[in-house]
Amino acid sequence: MNNPPDISQDPAEHEEYAHNVQKHVRGYLVVGALLLTFTGITVALSYVDFGTRKANIGVAMLVATLKAGLVAAIFMHLAAEKRLIYRVLIFTGFFVLGLFWLIFLAWYDPITR
Amino acid sequence: MEIPYTISTRPDTGLWNAKIGIWLFLASEVMLFGGLFSAYVFLRLDAPPGRWPHGLLNVPVGTMNTAILIMSSVTVVLAWAALKMRRYRVYWWYMLATITCGVIFLVVKLAYEWPQKFDHFGAYIKSEALEKYEQYLGNHRLEEKGLPPRLEITGHLHNREALNDPNIKEYEVALDPVNADPTNPAMDRPHFLYVPPTDKIAKIDKEDVERATMFLPTHNTYFASYFTITGLHGLHVLAGVLVFIYMWLPVSKKLYQHNPEHLANRVEVSGLFWHFVDLVWIFVFPLFYLL
Repeated sequence: MNNPPDISQDPAEHEEYAHNVQKHVRGYLVVGALLLTFTGITVALSYVDFGTRKANIGVAMLVATLKAGLVAAIFMHLAAEKRLIYRVLIFTGFFVLGLFWLIFLAWYDPITR
Repeated sequence: MEIPYTISTRPDTGLWNAKIGIWLFLASEVMLFGGLFSAYVFLRLDAPPGRWPHGLLNVPVGTMNTAILIMSSVTVVLAWAALKMRRYRVYWWYMLATITCGVIFLVVKLAYEWPQKFDHFGAYIKSEALEKYEQYLGNHRLEEKGLPPRLEITGHLHNREALNDPNIKEYEVALDPVNADPTNPAMDRPHFLYVPPTDKIAKIDKEDVERATMFLPTHNTYFASYFTITGLHGLHVLAGVLVFIYMWLPVSKKLYQHNPEHLANRVEVSGLFWHFVDLVWIFVFPLFYLL
């Protein structure tokens, strides 16, 4: 879904513009309803025993990532954003993975383990 | 002096300034919460069997708060869209709805969820004394089923003075359902609905206790990470609410009359922050409440 375009300065075009934004509003409502549904699904799935707790965590994180993706893509307009913002986020993603990599570094600590 | 590029695009970045500013800030926020989540994963994966508690938080209340945050994310994006369509009155109402959602979230957290934890008691039993409290722990059965052991007895502490008075030799605890009926198969998986402590009272000798406190951050690594992450998240909700209140007050009307697109852009960047706060909660909720 694209973002609403910048508003026209010409009043004659404004009517059409407002109509265009209105279409996006419908999209936001649909995404909101989807997010609420997925919240319900997450809670329901936590009652289901997938065998191991690891499996349950995996399923819940999958749904959470899907929800986070929806928020980022639609509400935060990342589905269609300028290139510079993507560049910033690629760096962020790289470094945040580094933070999780620290866990592995701690496990392979040869002195205390 | 005018701040440049509040609504027009800066040629080299291709963006108006506040937009690139908020994304750089959010990038630093991702690092902040990323570090905390990484610590959470590390603490949880390395927790010895029975040391990571489950089912201590109130799932219906947590679900409600999740829904409230999601709805506020919708209302703030609708507020922005209303400004884009130059409907200030509609914007004003959506903004009020967003602020209300944020306030409800904080009130539930600070006036209900946290105090309930501060009022709950848990005692970790020394490993050599576990057998003595088998009637409350049900570890024989858990061992047969290959489940992690129970090392803690929780509930409502009747003699709270016992926490600080060395002359009192035992804790009197009204047991939580899981310790009142530990061999019930329904207790194998933690209870998801909050059930208050039962009338069954257990006396626990202080000598048998490894560590006993109320459910404070010091109680265990679970509560330490829970209070740190939800506390920091709560501060973010508070900050968002304060910014939204500023943009909802009459001062925003002045800006709107002077330059409506500028106000719309302000709402967009503060909305981006708010969506990020929602996004963090989307991970906090299952990790702490459900799993």
